Formats: sequence, C-alpha cells, structure tokens
Amino acid sequence: MIAAADVTPTWYLLLAAALFAIGCTGVLVRRNPLVMFMCIELMLNAVNLSFVAFSRTYLDIKGQTTVFFVLVVAAAEVVVGLGIVVAILRRRPSANADDIAELKG
Amino acid sequence: MLNVIWLIPLLPLCGFVINVVLGRRLGDPKSGLLAAAMCGAAFIVTLVTYFDLVSRPEEARQHVATIFSWIPVGGLSVDAAFLADPLSITMALFITGIGTLIHLYAVGYMHGDPKFSKFFVYLNLFAFSMLMLVLGENMLVTFLGWEGVGTCSYLLISFWHTRESAATAGKKAFVTNRVGDWGFMIAMFLAFQAVGSLSYSALNSAAMGGTLVRSTATAITMMLFLGACGKSAQLPLYIWLPDAMEGPTPVSALIHAATMVTAGVYLMVRVNPVIATAFTWAPAVIAIVGAATALFAATVAVAQTDIKKVLAYSTVSQLGFMFLAVGSGAYVAAIFHMVTHAFFKALLFLGSGSVIHGMHHEQDMRRMGALRKLMPITAGTFIIGWLAIAGVPPFAGFWSKDEILLAAWAHPTNPALFKVLWGVGLFTALLTAFYMTRQVIMVFFGKARWEDHSGDHGAHGDFKPHESPAIMLLPLVALSGLSIVGGVLNLPFTDSTKRLLHWLEPLVHFGEIEGHASAGEKWGLAVGTAALCLASMGVAIFVYQRNRAQAVEPQILADGWRYDRFVSWFMGHPGRQAFEATAWVDRNIVDGAVNGVATGVRRSGAVLRRTQSGFVRNYALLIGGGVVLMLAWFLLRAVGVFG
Amino acid sequence: MIEVIVFIAASLMVIGGALGVVLRSNPVHAALSLVLTLFGVAVHFVSMEAHFLAAVQVIVYAGAIVVLFLFVIMLLGVDKVEDLRTEPMMRQRYLGPLVGVGVLGLVGTAVIVARGRTIVQSVEGLDTVGHDANVKQLARSLFSDYVFAFELTSVLLVIAVVGTVLLARRPNKGLQAAREKAGVNA
Repeated sequence: MIAAADVTPTWYLLLAAALFAIGCTGVLVRRNPLVMFMCIELMLNAVNLSFVAFSRTYLDIKGQTTVFFVLVVAAAEVVVGLGIVVAILRRRPSANADDIAELKG
Repeated sequence: MLNVIWLIPLLPLCGFVINVVLGRRLGDPKSGLLAAAMCGAAFIVTLVTYFDLVSRPEEARQHVATIFSWIPVGGLSVDAAFLADPLSITMALFITGIGTLIHLYAVGYMHGDPKFSKFFVYLNLFAFSMLMLVLGENMLVTFLGWEGVGTCSYLLISFWHTRESAATAGKKAFVTNRVGDWGFMIAMFLAFQAVGSLSYSALNSAAMGGTLVRSTATAITMMLFLGACGKSAQLPLYIWLPDAMEGPTPVSALIHAATMVTAGVYLMVRVNPVIATAFTWAPAVIAIVGAATALFAATVAVAQTDIKKVLAYSTVSQLGFMFLAVGSGAYVAAIFHMVTHAFFKALLFLGSGSVIHGMHHEQDMRRMGALRKLMPITAGTFIIGWLAIAGVPPFAGFWSKDEILLAAWAHPTNPALFKVLWGVGLFTALLTAFYMTRQVIMVFFGKARWEDHSGDHGAHGDFKPHESPAIMLLPLVALSGLSIVGGVLNLPFTDSTKRLLHWLEPLVHFGEIEGHASAGEKWGLAVGTAALCLASMGVAIFVYQRNRAQAVEPQILADGWRYDRFVSWFMGHPGRQAFEATAWVDRNIVDGAVNGVATGVRRSGAVLRRTQSGFVRNYALLIGGGVVLMLAWFLLRAVGVFG
Repeated sequence: MIEVIVFIAASLMVIGGALGVVLRSNPVHAALSLVLTLFGVAVHFVSMEAHFLAAVQVIVYAGAIVVLFLFVIMLLGVDKVEDLRTEPMMRQRYLGPLVGVGVLGLVGTAVIVARGRTIVQSVEGLDTVGHDANVKQLARSLFSDYVFAFELTSVLLVIAVVGTVLLARRPNKGLQAAREKAGVNA
C-alpha cells in the first residue's frame, strides 16, 4: 500500500477524465438549458483540474495562470449564456433546448 | 512648406466630413461659410506653397510628398503621393482661388434651398477630388480624382433630382464620361505595360529618354485624349455638357466651366513628352478635333435662347481652343487660356446665375432685356466678361486666344493643315464675339421683355427683377478684376513679360513646339484678329440692338446640328441590337453556367441540410462523436509509436 | 496517508456532485450538486498547493456563478421538474452516455499508458516557501508574461456585461407609452 499511498498525477487525471465524461454526457442527455450550462461548467472544471495537476507535475506556474483565464472566460460565458436563456425563456416560459430549433435546415 | 501639400486637398476633405456630420445642424448659411472657409484655407496653403516654389531655383521646383504606399503588389507599386511643381500648383491656385469665390457666391445663390448643406457637402468633395486630380503624382491618384469629380459632377447636375430633366442630365453626364474613362484606363494599362510604373515622372522620363516606343506613345496619347474628350467635352463626347446646365449655376461655373472640364487639358499638358514622342499625326488629330469642336459649338451657341446654354456651348468651344493649342504643341498657351477662361467664364456663369436669381429662375433670354438698370453691378461685371471672351484687348481673353492662334499659324512641321486650323480658329473667335454680343444685348439692353410675361409668374404679382445680394456680387467683382488683368500672366511683348512661359518652361520644354513667326506677323495677327472681333461685335450690335437686319438663327443650329438626336437614334437602333445580342449571350451562356453551378449547389444542399436538425443537443452529439473519434486516432497513433 | 484520504474524500464529492447535476431532475437540486463538485475541486486545488485558485474557485464559481444560476431559475420560474424518463430523441439517450464512456475510456487509457513517462520539469519550479508564495508567483506570471491577455479579459468582461444587459432587458414600456402619447398629440 506504500505505492498506493502516494497520490500521483495520474489519479488526478483519471478523476478529471471521469468528471469530463459525466459533464459531456449531461450536455447530451439533458434538455433544460440551465442544466446544460451546469454540465458545461463541469467539463470546464475537469479541464481546470488537469491543468493544475500538470502545473504541479511540471513545476510550472503557467498551468495555474491558464486556469485563471479559464475562470474569467467561464464567468463571461455564463453571464452571456444566461442572458440569452433569460431572453428566450421570457418569451416562451416552458421552452427546453429541443423547442429552440429555428435554425433547422 | 512643400512637405505639407497634402494639406491642400485635406482641407476641403475636412470641410466635407464636417458638413456630412454637422451640416444639417449648422444649416443655412453656416455650413456654406464653413465650406468656403475650408476652400479658402486650401487657397492660402496653395499660395504659400507657390511662393516657396518660386523662391527655389528652377531645377528644384519639384517635390513629391508620399503619404503612404498605396498598392505595393509585385511589380506594381503605386504610392498615394502628391506632386508639387509649377503646373500642378498653377492648377491648384486657380482651382482653390476661383473655388473659394464660387463657394461664397453659392452661399447667396443657394440661400433658402432645403438641401443647402448637402450642396456644400458635394461642393467640398468636388474641390477635394479636383485637387487630387491635379496634385496626383501618378495616373492612379489622378484617376481617383478624375472619378471623384465625375461623381460630384453627377451628384451636382442632378442636385434638384426631383426635376426629371436634371436627373436625366446627370445620368447622361455620367454615362458619357464613362466612355472617356475607359480610354484613361487603357492608357494607364499601356503605360504600366511600357514603363512598369504609373507615375508621371517615370512615364515622361521614358518618353524623353527615348525608351518609350513610338507606337506605344501614340497609343497612350490617343487613349488619354479619349479620356480628355469625355471629361473636357470634345467631339464626339461633348453632348453631356450642355445638358449639365440643369445643375445649380454655381456648379456650372465651378465644374462645367472653370475647373473639371479643363482636367483633360491638364492631363494632356502633364504628359506632353509622350505626345511629342508619338507619331506626328497624333497631335494633329488632337488639333483637328479641338478646332472642329470649337467651330461646331460656336455655331450652335449662336442660336441658343437659354442664357446658360449659350455659355455651355461657349465653354465647349473654348475648350476646343485649348485642345487646338495642345495639338499645336503650344502647351503654355493652352494653360494660359485655361486660366483666363476660368476667370471670365466663371464670371459669365456667375453673372448669368445672378440674372437668373434676379429674374426668379427665368432662363430664357427672350424674356429678358434692359436689365442693366435694375442690376447694374451684374451688368457691369458681365460686360467685362463679355469683352474678355470676345477677345477685345487688353482684356484677358485676347492675350490667350491670340497665343493659340499664333501657335497654329506658325506651326512649323505641318503648315498647310495648321493654316486651315488657324482659319477655323479665327472664324470661331469671330463667332464667339458675335454670340456673346448677342447674349449681352438680349439680356441687358433693348426692350424689357419680361414685363410681357409678368402674368406667367402668377404668384409674383408685381414681377420685378432685382439685384443680387452682396455675397453674390463680391465674387463677380473679384472675377471681373481678374478678367481685366489676367493677361499680365503672359504678355508677349518682351521675354521678361512671358511669366507663365518661364514658370512652366521646365515642364513643357520637351513637348513645346516653337513656331517661327516674325515680329511683323505677330503684330499683324494680333491687330487683325482684334479688329475682326470688334467688327463681328459691331455686326451683332447692328442685328440685335438696332434691328437693322433679320437675325439668322436656323433651327438646326438651335438643335445643335441634331447631333444629340443622332446619338439617340444610333443608340436606339443599331446600338440597341448590339446590346440585345450581348444580353442574349449573357442570358443563355453566362447565366446558364452560373445557374448550372447554382443548381448543383442547391441539390447537394438539399441532401446535406438533413444534418441541420436545429436541435442543439444533436449538434453537441456530433461534436462529442468527433471528439471520441479524434481521441481514438491520437491514442492509436501514440500507442503505435510507443509500441 | 492523509493525502490519499483527502483525495478520496474530495473525489467522492466531485463525482457525487457531478452525477447529481446530471441525474437530478430538479434544476435547483442540480445547481446545489454543482456546488458540491466545485467545493471538491477546490479541495483538490488546495491539496495541490494551488491556494489562490482554490480561493477563486470558491468565490467565483460557488459564490457567483452558482448564485447566478439559482437567480435565473427563480427569476424565470423554471424550477419545475424535468421528466427524465421520457426522451423525445431516443438516439440521444443511448449515444450520449456512449460518448461519455468513450471519452472516459480513451482518456483513461491514454493517462495510464503515459504514466511514469519522463517528465521535463520547468527550470523555474514551483515556489512553495512561505504562506503566500503561490499567490506571489501567480501574480508575477499574470502581470508580466500575460499582462496583455489579462487586460484583454477585463475588456471581455465589460463586453459580456453590456451584452447581457442588452439581451435581457425588457422593452421600456414607460418610454414606449410616452412616445405613443407624443405621437398622438403631434
């Protein structure tokens, strides 16, 4: 158990992969646009986790800097995304993601 | 100061931008005064540049100010550059100077017009384009200005576009000019092909150095001349200019008399070494076209009844004189006449505008008469303009016209042809004196015929012509002063009084053809011409003032030799068939290919559109699937490498 | 040993929260599950000595973004339960998890295959001396190498805020009424 007692980067990367996969599945199966956004946040967090893990592995602060930017962009993305959701749902209160299909070819 | 010549076109451009943005708010008359101030500032900068240029030694009087590299593509490198040399600065001086006066005049003339500020937007844009044209260091910058003035001309001719005739006249001017522009473009292509550059200095030095092939030089000359014919209203492309009188009168004065229409002459003078390199028949063609246009337009002017139409045909005729000078190799005389013509023709147009203004937009000379008492200043200045254009010494027109006739008379290489052209020119000068006298008498002397028609103007119960406001009279007085003394630019008496000749000498000495005429010949020609012109004026007074003889004004002359109708017929019948044939090719072959492509795209689109379900989750699924496939590919590759 | 315990506990939070987001049919519950995940990730950050990011994670994500989600849910009254048993597009139901499993399997394989490979370490190294070493080092990186990108993010945030205000604002009824009134009078 000595080897297992050491938390290696691989553990973190596997956790990140699992988190990303769950988030990805969520985007694909959920219909509520708000929940789809939350799932996207899960995927972003998975990536952040792997970035920090790599930062620690390679002993390089740039990985953490990138996470900082991801956080900022995620915040902007959520703000705009929720603005769009509000604008849409105000007109059609019961809409889910499948009801908004005006771009059908 | 030469480094800031870009300021000259920039100032009117600023006026244009300010008036576009704030023009409506500034309103009448502030936006007009702003435009005039910008033009005046450009004049001052030009004046300073001029003095700087004068203070330099002769060989240093040339400066190229490059603003930026405009089109650096492979072998073609065109800079947005301005050229300051005696010729361009001379042009810029009278463009900005007369332009300022006309801007001021327009403030009075356009007063109360609902589109007042828009008028000055166009006018400043015109000044900018015209300055680009003359200051351009290469043909492309000139062409930019060339098209710019064409556009402004179109916009200003059809300024009162609610009037059907004005809209049509604008379109006519635009379309006719395109024919000439085509020539200009071909000339540019040829120049690039021959010397690999579009700059005037490269083209001219190639011509002077003998590296420009003679046939190429001839082709460039003829194509540029075609362009000049369009812009400067020469046969066969003159037809737009008389119709252009539909525009407001300040426009007629600025664009269709003083500046834009002289662009063709400027261009020919600019490339004079190329013309000198061409076969000798090329300048002869230019001279013949010029003389023919001069005579043709003068005969038409004799029978016109519209006050502005007379001046329009007169302008065409005087431009013909300038081309006669160019063809005779007398470039300085051409520029000299251009300048004096700008003075007196702008004066005459502005005077006619003042008359039209005072007559409440009546343009028919048959309804005028005896206006000198009611409009003394307009009448006085108009009479000065009349004496100047008729060639009465010592007014400006006499000197320049005499120079041109002398150049034709003394042409050394082809005396027989040029003697004939001289005869045509002389006869045209006599006709000019005749029809201008006719106009002055019909408008300002004789019986007051407007009283008979006062009833026509229903709204104005007591119709009475009135003198124009001071802001319109000031430019008239200034221009009449210039029309009197304009001749001092280039007096032929001694070498030192030929100021314009010395000034332009370095630019034209390669192309300038020196005629051989003894002093006696010169004096005889000058005195003889002046005497004949006076006699012609006497005949006109005899006919129109004293009514001693029946006026001969055949209808065919009033119709402009029915040339206009011929063009319409030609375009309507044989031309139309050619257009129909072209249209058929376009419809069935060009469109067929295009439609075939479109059909193919539509069919494939119909298949592919099924992937566009519109469901965002569906798209996400496709992206996810793609990610999985790409991951698999990377992984397999990596494992393969490691394994 | 304590590290392993922390890792397992935090990972359970992360995975449990993530499953909650995907599986809870009530959006409010999903949002709360998201908080759980975010806290778990913050714990991981702390254990990897990324203290500043851990703090930001809690403040920005859990504090701001999730609150924003909850606000929108309440504002629009869409906190009704989504019926997860029905699925209008059955393909989505099967292929969605399949994609998830595919990603997990492939990335997991890659991670395990690459495990133990030689690691090129940065010459700078991570500064772990002192209680605020991580913050200082991150700040130095942000305001030297990435200062331009950092300034741009402020522009991005301003644009996002302005855009959202424009998107979400109601047409001004009072103003409209006033205009109509003026039109009638004129």
